[in-house]
Amino acid sequence: MQKIGVFVCWCGSNIAATVDVQAVSDALAREPGVVFSTNYQYMCSQAGQDMIQEKIRELGLTGVVVCSCSPRMHEATFRKACEKAGLNPYMVEIANIREQCSWIHKDKLSGTEKAVLLGKAAVAKVHLNTPLTAGESPVTKRALVIGGGIAGIQTALDIAEAGFPVDIVEKKPTIGGKMTQIDKTFPTLDCAACILTPKMVDAAQNENINILSYSEVEAVKGFVGNFTVTIRRKARFVDETKCTGCGLCTEKCPQKKVPNEFNLGLDTRRAIYIPFAQAVPKAAAIDPNYCTMLKTGKCGVCSKVCTVGAIDYQQKDELLEREYGAIVAATGFEPISMDKFDEFAYSQSPDVVTSLEFERLMNAAGPTGGTLLRPSDGTHPHTLVFVQCVGSRCDGGEKGKPYCSKICCMYTAKHAMLTREKYPDTEVYVFYIDVRTPGKNFDEFYRRAVEEYGVHYVKGMVGKVVPENGKLKVQASDLLGGQQLHIDADMVVLAAAVEPDKSARPLATMLTASMDTNDFFTEAHPKLRPVESPTAGVFLSGACQGPKDIPETVAQAGAAAAKVIGLLSKDRLTCNPCVARSDELMCNGCSACEKVCPYGAITYIDKEFRGPNRTTLLRRVAQVNPAVCQGCGACTVACPSGAMDLQGFSNAQIMAEVDAICK
Amino acid sequence: MQERIKAKAIELLESGVCGRVLGWKTGEFFYDVTPAVFESREEIERDFVFGPFCGANLSKYLIAESRKGGKVGAFLKPCDTYSFQQLQKEHRILPENVYAVGVQCGGMCDIDAIRAAGIKGVLDVEEQGDSLLVHTLYGDKSLDRAAALSERCRVCKSKKILGCAELIGEQGEEQPSARFEQVAELEAMTPEERFAFWRGELSRCIRCNACRNVCPACSCEKCVFDNPSSGAENKAPANSFEENLFHIIRAFHVAGRCTDCGECSRVCPQHIPLHLLNRKFIKDINELYGPYQAGADMDAKPPLVNFQADDPEPSVVRERGTNP
Repeated sequence: MQKIGVFVCWCGSNIAATVDVQAVSDALAREPGVVFSTNYQYMCSQAGQDMIQEKIRELGLTGVVVCSCSPRMHEATFRKACEKAGLNPYMVEIANIREQCSWIHKDKLSGTEKAVLLGKAAVAKVHLNTPLTAGESPVTKRALVIGGGIAGIQTALDIAEAGFPVDIVEKKPTIGGKMTQIDKTFPTLDCAACILTPKMVDAAQNENINILSYSEVEAVKGFVGNFTVTIRRKARFVDETKCTGCGLCTEKCPQKKVPNEFNLGLDTRRAIYIPFAQAVPKAAAIDPNYCTMLKTGKCGVCSKVCTVGAIDYQQKDELLEREYGAIVAATGFEPISMDKFDEFAYSQSPDVVTSLEFERLMNAAGPTGGTLLRPSDGTHPHTLVFVQCVGSRCDGGEKGKPYCSKICCMYTAKHAMLTREKYPDTEVYVFYIDVRTPGKNFDEFYRRAVEEYGVHYVKGMVGKVVPENGKLKVQASDLLGGQQLHIDADMVVLAAAVEPDKSARPLATMLTASMDTNDFFTEAHPKLRPVESPTAGVFLSGACQGPKDIPETVAQAGAAAAKVIGLLSKDRLTCNPCVARSDELMCNGCSACEKVCPYGAITYIDKEFRGPNRTTLLRRVAQVNPAVCQGCGACTVACPSGAMDLQGFSNAQIMAEVDAICK
Repeated sequence: MQERIKAKAIELLESGVCGRVLGWKTGEFFYDVTPAVFESREEIERDFVFGPFCGANLSKYLIAESRKGGKVGAFLKPCDTYSFQQLQKEHRILPENVYAVGVQCGGMCDIDAIRAAGIKGVLDVEEQGDSLLVHTLYGDKSLDRAAALSERCRVCKSKKILGCAELIGEQGEEQPSARFEQVAELEAMTPEERFAFWRGELSRCIRCNACRNVCPACSCEKCVFDNPSSGAENKAPANSFEENLFHIIRAFHVAGRCTDCGECSRVCPQHIPLHLLNRKFIKDINELYGPYQAGADMDAKPPLVNFQADDPEPSVVRERGTNP
């Protein structure tokens, strides 16, 4: 029989306000095996921990039940305290009477009743607990950064700076991400390329950084410290190591009508291309969807003009398998599609553009060479209407997104300001729901747009845009003026909401990292662990975790790097001893557990057993590698005979908890 | 057919391919045919039968037989070969110790179906092409074979013989089957009606464990119902319903592995349509994860122990919510 001590925490008034803690400790004192039961204001405080330790020593407790907050919060605290007093840490059970009880109950009677039941379940479980000892696993001292935008580049640079090798996997032929397409950056208006491209070059030149461009993560196996990742290096049909980036092939390629994704389809490129002048790696790639040679076998111009023989039409996708200790997701964002917002006539007129397209129209490396011209006729626009919150803050989120995209207010102010500065003859209107400018020097920036540059900010939404006789008839409401506005605009710019990149969802599945309903990665704790995913060893950098501007992205990228460095600087990690174990006498050897194991922790051996009448039987039985097992429990459910069980969460323990509650 | 099989069995023994063969012999009654291991020509000539009542699926016996050393010959009907392959996938049968001979089958008969056709005092049944000649106390009667078939054979899903070293009779094909019709009828019931139906059926259960003992998928080294540490063994049921849950748990344990051989219902002395529980699982798996037949393909990944990123995530709660 165990000698169990029960310690009920008030958590100040967090628990005590809706749970009668005295009644709980009294009720649990009557449970079998409980030799001591008390309650205290803050069990996690030094005084509370001292009390637990003292009682373990004084009464020789063999098991401890703490009725307090979620085990996520303080299980480690109490385990450590009990270990110091000589008790095996896995003889401690937490009954969560805060998050799962006091916080969700208003009525003290029902709150108390539930707290007692949760406590009884924990006591019932402790009766079946056995002391467990944690093993250790090694750490592969290399990091993987998925996504080569500013977030990924910054994270990689910081990790590399600390002396650890790091690979960047980027799906496009060049790193740089969205920031390469941006013209100027708020609130200082310095040019994006001027501050980004040196970082891209730094990354390429850093000997600890290995850039895998035009590559995608195909599969992830393993666990913190020991990930094995399969990376698909897509065929670019150009030998990256030979190509000098001279660009001759991109001038001679006869296939000229390929939409240029770098300029968002506002102009064209060739079938063989270098995405932009400062691309890293500076190597051409062939677009297999357009290349005549790859499609019909007839052409070969690029191969003829290439002086170094870098063109290789036979190149195939390559699969690379590499080991990593930590993985950083930095998959970034995309502006949402404008398909569902036809009231703004995006599909009807080329003069209705998104803000990112507007960046390209303002950029010296863009399709117009930096002169703002209407896409439809190449004339200079005089009246511009900016519409904010297109797809952001949409009620119900059927058409757009329920959240605020965060960056639109600032870049719209930037666009309006830049337009007025370069072309003082323009009239610029900005329609907004609210102008949100928290951030250092952000509100000052917005006020300058209004006060110094004379941008017309109108509170209200644009209802309709109708292309008519080369103009865009904009119908909008001015909520403060209480009137309907009709503006004949030359251009309309839509501040499209941002959403996570489409590659994030399948990646999250591979990483077993969780996501919210909008497909942003979820952090381990929204306030206290904002750059870690709940999956150990997986970290988050940049807009894949939520909409972010560049300063915030860079800050988060650095924070993620710091967490990775902290992990990689350890030589060994303590394993979780709550892992699966197979009872060989009951194991059928059917392989069901092996098939469901996401970590590859289960193998089979042929083992001799004693049969009837002094015979021996050779049977195939499962064996669990405790260093690889993560204790997810999938095998225990798949096992038809119940041979597979999870230590610390055995079927018998869980049934005992259920029985204690249902009794 | 019987003579060809017997000749093959003798040939296997005498040529030394196998040390023993697994077949059928008559039990207490002519329709009570049981599996048997034959080790000599004399035994085969005397006892071996193959006829309209050889419903027993022999594949389960190969788990033990294939581990006894030496090679064992086995005669398997098309539906038995599905279990044979499924058990190989689960590493239960050691295929290197088995010499399997596929036997084409015209459907197995059910003595109750013959009695239900109004024929009393049955002494023996003789196969005559598509009909049966039934000898009774009151003279001979003729009956359409189709009318005497057991339920599982009336809705036969496949005549295809899988994974056998040789065949006796023609190789057949998978065929369209109405086997899910009854499941669909149950699905159309209200939850209350369905509960009442199963309570009625399962209340007859006497826990003889025949269904478990005959089931090829129920071949654990130690069944959870016999395992003292499972918490289910020797547990006094609180009421008769708890006792009936045995069948529900069993259906869960064989889900995704059940080949729908129908042995559970054949051996049930209380005539409980146990196969319907398994068929419900099979139907659900087919509908959610695409058509899957346990045992049909040695390489196919069983959907219930496989994960794909585009797997549907059916929510029982949600679906119940929309159920009219």
